[in-house]
Amino acid sequence: MKSSAGRDSQTLTAWAFLAPTVIVMGLFQFLPILGAFAVSLWDYFPDSPNNRFVGLRNFSRVLHDPAFWEALKNSVLYLLVVPAIVLLALGLALLVEPAIPFMNAFRACYYVPVVTMMVVVAYAWTLIFNTDNGLLNQLLVRWGVAERGVPWLTSESTALWTVMTVTVWKGLGYYMVMFIVALKAVPKELSEASRIDGAGPLQGFLNVTIPMIWPTVTLTAVISSISALQVFEEIYMMTNGRVGTTTLVYDIYTTGFDMSRGAIDFGQACAMGVLLFALILGFTTVAVRRMQGVYSAN
Amino acid sequence: MRTDDRARPAGIMTPRQRRAAGLVLRYAALLALVPFFVGPFLWMLSVSVRETGNIYSLEIVPDAITYRWYAEVWSQYNLDRAFLNSVLVAILQVGSNLLFCSLAAYPLARLRFPGRRLVFMLLLSTMMVPFQLYMIPLFLMSLRLGLFDTLVGIVVPSAAGAFGIYLIKQYYETIPGDLEEAARIDGAGEFRIWSSIMMPLTKPAMAALAIFVFVQSWSNFLWPLIIVNSEDTWTLPVAIAKLSGDFIDKTQYIAAGSVIAVAPVILFFFLAQRWFIGGVTLGSVKG
Repeated sequence: MKSSAGRDSQTLTAWAFLAPTVIVMGLFQFLPILGAFAVSLWDYFPDSPNNRFVGLRNFSRVLHDPAFWEALKNSVLYLLVVPAIVLLALGLALLVEPAIPFMNAFRACYYVPVVTMMVVVAYAWTLIFNTDNGLLNQLLVRWGVAERGVPWLTSESTALWTVMTVTVWKGLGYYMVMFIVALKAVPKELSEASRIDGAGPLQGFLNVTIPMIWPTVTLTAVISSISALQVFEEIYMMTNGRVGTTTLVYDIYTTGFDMSRGAIDFGQACAMGVLLFALILGFTTVAVRRMQGVYSAN
Repeated sequence: MRTDDRARPAGIMTPRQRRAAGLVLRYAALLALVPFFVGPFLWMLSVSVRETGNIYSLEIVPDAITYRWYAEVWSQYNLDRAFLNSVLVAILQVGSNLLFCSLAAYPLARLRFPGRRLVFMLLLSTMMVPFQLYMIPLFLMSLRLGLFDTLVGIVVPSAAGAFGIYLIKQYYETIPGDLEEAARIDGAGEFRIWSSIMMPLTKPAMAALAIFVFVQSWSNFLWPLIIVNSEDTWTLPVAIAKLSGDFIDKTQYIAAGSVIAVAPVILFFFLAQRWFIGGVTLGSVKG
């Protein structure tokens, strides 16, 4: 009896500790998550007399909207930042991994974009990519590489790619640190053993290091794909969705909040949110399965 | 070894020479990358101190330097208020995350009670849901609760988070059990055990979380953009975005404002580098 009373009091204590968090997260995270699925099935506007359940109509309207398909295409295209991030961050980690003098200072420099807000990063890069007076075009013209400025952010053929390079640039330091941790965990004896077996450094890297750090490669790929599918701030700051650079989240934002672009439609915006969630969940599940299978098969 | 060197045909290096050459190449690459990562900020800094007329000319250090854009953007474009708001939001958000996450992580790591795994899994599941899915219902709720256009409204959706709970819980689990057993035998209550023994032991994890939340809060853009309306509630990222969205060209104001917005974080980062990067590694241990 006594032990059961003790357990009851521990249960009570546990819930007392949990209560503030459960309330805050329940109210401001769980409830709106459920709400999103609900609103996606409604024609809804606060205090409107016309609020009504419309079933899947918001979804069918989204799926018949060419703007949505354009945004979806761009969001999927945006996933090309993932291989760039993984390869460059791994290369960077290999470069900064040895503990030689001043290495911490170099790592810190490469990490600065990570701690800097994207709004400012995007603005700093706008000063570089501007067509008429941007730093890059000025240099290109002066060096005779280009006759006149390239419209980096103002032409359909380049704008999305330009914004993608900024996304890659900002994230590299973060993923570099994850790879440094992974590389440090690779036992030195293993790479030495492969060298004694006569393998060159490249072979040793491919046959020993890569399989050892594969879980981190997978994690990096998953995290960067999730954020690539959620890209918003770079687009908002650098192109404002012009010249064919709308993405899913940008489209959700304009549908839900941007009055200058026509009528606000919460139901449709929520339906797009649900589709975004499904895309992220589906893509990451498949990606994780595929990537986990690479080295477990042999 | 020396004689060996001489015996070699020219152009082929000894292992030691090769290692030295490798080191030189490595430093060359390391140095070459510095402007790539820091350059854009330096160019912005350079633009922010120029007089009108030559704001884009190709010199890093302009002939005439002026700081008036800083003074004007600070007082005329409301950046002083935005800065204060960003500080207040950061304090609220860091404080509430430390308190809530530490409180919630403790029983999840150290107490036995029915439903423990389920609660943890439910809390963790929020990490999988993109914020953009639920920002609209959150916005509608905030309207109803009177949180629209308030600083509290900015903080509340991220007052506690799954990542923080996970981080602190991991740390609680590394603490040996004897300490709390001894305190329990001495008759200390669970709250006392937490507040005076267990919580102080998690300081490293709390510091990492504080910095992580601070950077997030300082940079947070999409939600403040939605939930804030009047200039008096703008945070720094919102203020800068609104400035740059204006039709009138305000290049130097925005550049100066941007420097003001990021300088504190970058300075803080160089002073406490270890703690900033510690958060990444703590968070990615188990993934």
